[in-house]
Amino acid sequence: MREKLEALQAEAIEKVQQADNLQALQDVRVAYLGKKGPITEVLRGMGKLSPEERPVIGELANKVREAIATALDNKKNLLEEAALNEQLQKEAIDVTLPGRPVKTGGPHLLTSIIEEVEDLFLGMGFEIKEGPEVETDYFNFEALNLPQDHPARDMQDTFYITDHLLLRTQTSPVQARTMREYNGDKAIKMICPGIVYRRDSDDATHSHQFTQIEGLLIDKNVRMSDLKGVLLEFSRKLFGADREIRLRPSFFPFTEPSVEVDVTCKVCDGKGCNVCKHTGWIEILGAGMVHSNVLRMSGYDPEEYSGFAFGMGVERIAMLKYGVDDIRHFYTNDVRFLSQYHKA
Amino acid sequence: MFVSLNWLKQYVNIDNSTPEELAERITRSGIEVEGIERIAPESTNVVVGYVESCEQHPNADKLNLCQINVGTETYQIICGAPNIAQGQKIAAALPGARLPGGMKIKKAKLRGVESHGMVCSLQELGIDEKFVPKEFAEGIFVFPEDAEVGTPVAELLNLDDVILELGLTPNRADAMSMLGVAYEVAAILNKEVNLPEEAYPTSNSKAADFVQVKVEDNELNPYYGAYVIENVKIAPSPLWMRNYLMAAGIRPINNVVDITNYVLLVYGQPLHAFDYDKVATKEIVVRTANEGETMQTLDDQERTLTGDELVITNGKEPIALAGVMGGANSEVTNQTTTVLLEAAYFDSRAIRRSSKHHNLRSEASSRYEKGIDPNRVKKAGAYAARLLAEYAGGAVAEGVVEFDELDRQEKKVELDTASVNARLGTTISDDEIASILTRLQFGFEQDNSQFAVSIPTRRGDISLFEDMLEEIARIYGYDNIPYTLPEGEAFAGKLTTKQYLKRQLKQYLQGAGLMETITYSLTSKARTEMLVSPEVKEQSVHAVALKMPMSEEHSHLRISLLPELVDTLSYNVARKQDNLGYFEFGRIFLSEEEQTTEQPTETARLAGAITGTWTEQPWQQEKKPVDFYVVKGIVEGIFAQLDLEPVFQQAQVDGYHPGRTATVSHNGRAVGVVGQLHPTVQKAYDLKETYVFDLDVAYLIDQYKEEPSFRTVPRHPSVTRDIALVVDEAAHAGDIQRTIKEAGGELVQQVQIFDVYQGEHMEAGKKSIAYTVLYQDPTRTLTDEEVEASYNSIMEAVKAAHGAELRS
Repeated sequence: MREKLEALQAEAIEKVQQADNLQALQDVRVAYLGKKGPITEVLRGMGKLSPEERPVIGELANKVREAIATALDNKKNLLEEAALNEQLQKEAIDVTLPGRPVKTGGPHLLTSIIEEVEDLFLGMGFEIKEGPEVETDYFNFEALNLPQDHPARDMQDTFYITDHLLLRTQTSPVQARTMREYNGDKAIKMICPGIVYRRDSDDATHSHQFTQIEGLLIDKNVRMSDLKGVLLEFSRKLFGADREIRLRPSFFPFTEPSVEVDVTCKVCDGKGCNVCKHTGWIEILGAGMVHSNVLRMSGYDPEEYSGFAFGMGVERIAMLKYGVDDIRHFYTNDVRFLSQYHKA
Repeated sequence: MFVSLNWLKQYVNIDNSTPEELAERITRSGIEVEGIERIAPESTNVVVGYVESCEQHPNADKLNLCQINVGTETYQIICGAPNIAQGQKIAAALPGARLPGGMKIKKAKLRGVESHGMVCSLQELGIDEKFVPKEFAEGIFVFPEDAEVGTPVAELLNLDDVILELGLTPNRADAMSMLGVAYEVAAILNKEVNLPEEAYPTSNSKAADFVQVKVEDNELNPYYGAYVIENVKIAPSPLWMRNYLMAAGIRPINNVVDITNYVLLVYGQPLHAFDYDKVATKEIVVRTANEGETMQTLDDQERTLTGDELVITNGKEPIALAGVMGGANSEVTNQTTTVLLEAAYFDSRAIRRSSKHHNLRSEASSRYEKGIDPNRVKKAGAYAARLLAEYAGGAVAEGVVEFDELDRQEKKVELDTASVNARLGTTISDDEIASILTRLQFGFEQDNSQFAVSIPTRRGDISLFEDMLEEIARIYGYDNIPYTLPEGEAFAGKLTTKQYLKRQLKQYLQGAGLMETITYSLTSKARTEMLVSPEVKEQSVHAVALKMPMSEEHSHLRISLLPELVDTLSYNVARKQDNLGYFEFGRIFLSEEEQTTEQPTETARLAGAITGTWTEQPWQQEKKPVDFYVVKGIVEGIFAQLDLEPVFQQAQVDGYHPGRTATVSHNGRAVGVVGQLHPTVQKAYDLKETYVFDLDVAYLIDQYKEEPSFRTVPRHPSVTRDIALVVDEAAHAGDIQRTIKEAGGELVQQVQIFDVYQGEHMEAGKKSIAYTVLYQDPTRTLTDEEVEASYNSIMEAVKAAHGAELRS
């Protein structure tokens, strides 16, 4: 009996090893472990055995059955793994073919610059204001200390709609409107990005439509040194941490003193090159202390309040920052231009 | 303003500053030096030569064979200039000479005869053709007889001069004169200004016997002074004066005219010389012009006056457009013997009006317009009289015939050191302020830290504390002001909800595959009539017209973003860029009238335009052109960004495909349009199938409700039911969808279309649409009965409203 069982085990395990597919393996399982299989038969014949032999053979029969079952399971795992591997081999693809592109668009370069400048000033506690592009002569000029017949009106050629209605030549009227809104008794920290218009023929450096960002800070005891501090901070965040700025006297009717602000050329690091015309400096904005006439006209008492204002051309900043050579690119919207400034 | 440094040195000592250093200091202190130009840095070995003889070249009609004596030697030089003649003193470039532009002079043979050099014109010596005196424009330059033979011409012609080109802001009218620049440079370098000597000798004649002066309007013309100079001999002015005029960009004419121009440049005071005999009436009357009156100005233009101008008359007719240009009828010519010299003060606004109206800018008008120094009028007149006596042989009659109500008072500005420092953020001392005022040559009285400053009348731009603040700051140096940060109230900076949503929508569209564009707001009238969204058109709006557009292309403010946006597609397609998706977030301008006096309504629109292939994977042969549903999906996404529900309705809209266009509305309000461009529009723009959308984004953003409250995440299972319906092929799936949602009751969370079929196994004229209805109640599990009840009411409703049958 014992010999028979041991022979059965050896024979079954031999068959398991020989099975080369799952069906063959299943056949082995049925043949040896099935209800009609030889082990079941052995167990059925137990009645003939002596009571002493019965538990011994029973235990042996169970061991044999377990050994065969384990061999079957192990072989099954092996075969399944092989089948899976074969399947995966068949599923292989050419990973060097191009991926399915995700279609994305992108922001206009001017929007990128505007948002960058906005975020920078939001961080310094400024708010963002907007105003109409069709303005009254009053807000575009008079409230900014540019009365009729003022020679400085020549500096900006204006698109008029009527004698008193025009396309704003600057975003400064938004400052005048905000000062009114704040009623002369509150501090103001604002910037106003927006489209402006001037009677210029479009060429590489002129555009009848362009974009400005102006800023205004009004409070008690605002100093010119604060203007320098804020603009230095701004220039370094926009153009790089190692930039320096310098102020040059200039003239704007709504500020006094008025200055133009240069930043060190990033191309040559201030050493002088073609971009900065060998000066080491590049003009980036105009600024100044708000003129007392402007404060007064907008309801602020110049004895109590002072402030500074600054303004820059967004196209100019973009041209400097990215080396764009023709202002018309911003409005032609050639996809080969637009797509240079974002990752698609 | 062109400033000759050689000339400037007569009024202020600039020590050893190089032109570049000086320019840098001037720029940093207040006036931008836009250019530094050397007249002719490299002309060497060009000297004054005497033409001993001048004969025709034996082999050439138009060439002359000249013997030129340059003092040490005589050279044979061939010259083609028509104006060369024996006895002249000319500029001879000798072998080895270099001329501006790099030309090198060598011995040469011309038509078989040797030439040892070249006789030069002013142009060849580096003078701009514009400023070369007319008599020398077509030939060589001829020196005055007193020029010494052998002298290098660079000296005589001021060729070694350096010109600073000043870019003047409108406030710095004071620097439109050499003396003004001298004061500026003196302040910067801490030097004195040397003023010219103005006293002049007089004859026995009395000016009052020659002329009377009447002024009608003492505000427009508070001062008029007339000088009379007899026995004038018209001739070229001295060479040095001609040199300075040319350096300043003025063409020399004759001694009288040159002297008035020279004095104008020195003092910034315009002067005018009349031929006294041509004035003829012994009378000067200054009055406003009569409307329709005509006169001929010195530029030979016949001008019809508007009645706004100030004119100088002889009591009968205009003889000059005051402050702008003289009249041809009283012009100084070679025959003139008696000069009537005008030195006057005209109001800037009056001159500005007439020069603007007649589009006539002169050296005189550009100075009057910006305001001149009331204290220099008489000085300039006197200095001109002195020069006329000296260089035109004139005899100046005694006295000046004047009308004088001119205010010459200096303005006073008070300031104190503490206020200056408080505003600048500096720690300037009392002494430093006093020293700056001294350098500026402003008079002042000081009481410790209190200053009462008298502003010289040459600085008409200064009248307030902050004007003085700027003067102090610029001389003190902006570099010396420290960097500080504002100490006032701190604010938290944040985008408003609207600003945030604008960014959000732009980002959504970029993520959806569209590129942002910015187009011009000014467009043509024709384009304002195209592709206007129906709800805009309904308001019967007009595009606002510019009063004086620069071109027809940019004459009106847009009332739709689409015409320019579609044009942008067209531009790109013409450059072989076929697959494009663009959007613009911009303003339109709506008005009730084309010629409006009211500010139009400015409102934000969001528009997009897509053409060509939308999805593409070449190696999988996958290529899908854009279609209506792509654009509609994008529009639905815009609404989803704002938590809003759009309603689309098939519509006929001008410029759009009649079968592939829908109006978009929200809560019953029309807010835009989405659809395919009409094929005729596509053709006009040279585009293939193009889909666009155009939305009233300002309104949509206004509808956004911030919804901070928490919505329960459902814990109970949902139930779905599929419903396949057979309907007429013309039926609109969206309408049925709405009916299902309304009829299904509150439990219906979502109705989605998952299949649309038409064709085999379907009755002709019919189509099948299949919907999935999702039921859910977040608070409990649904029963079969209530879902069944809802399903039944849906079936009844779709049958009633759309004649729909259940697909078997």
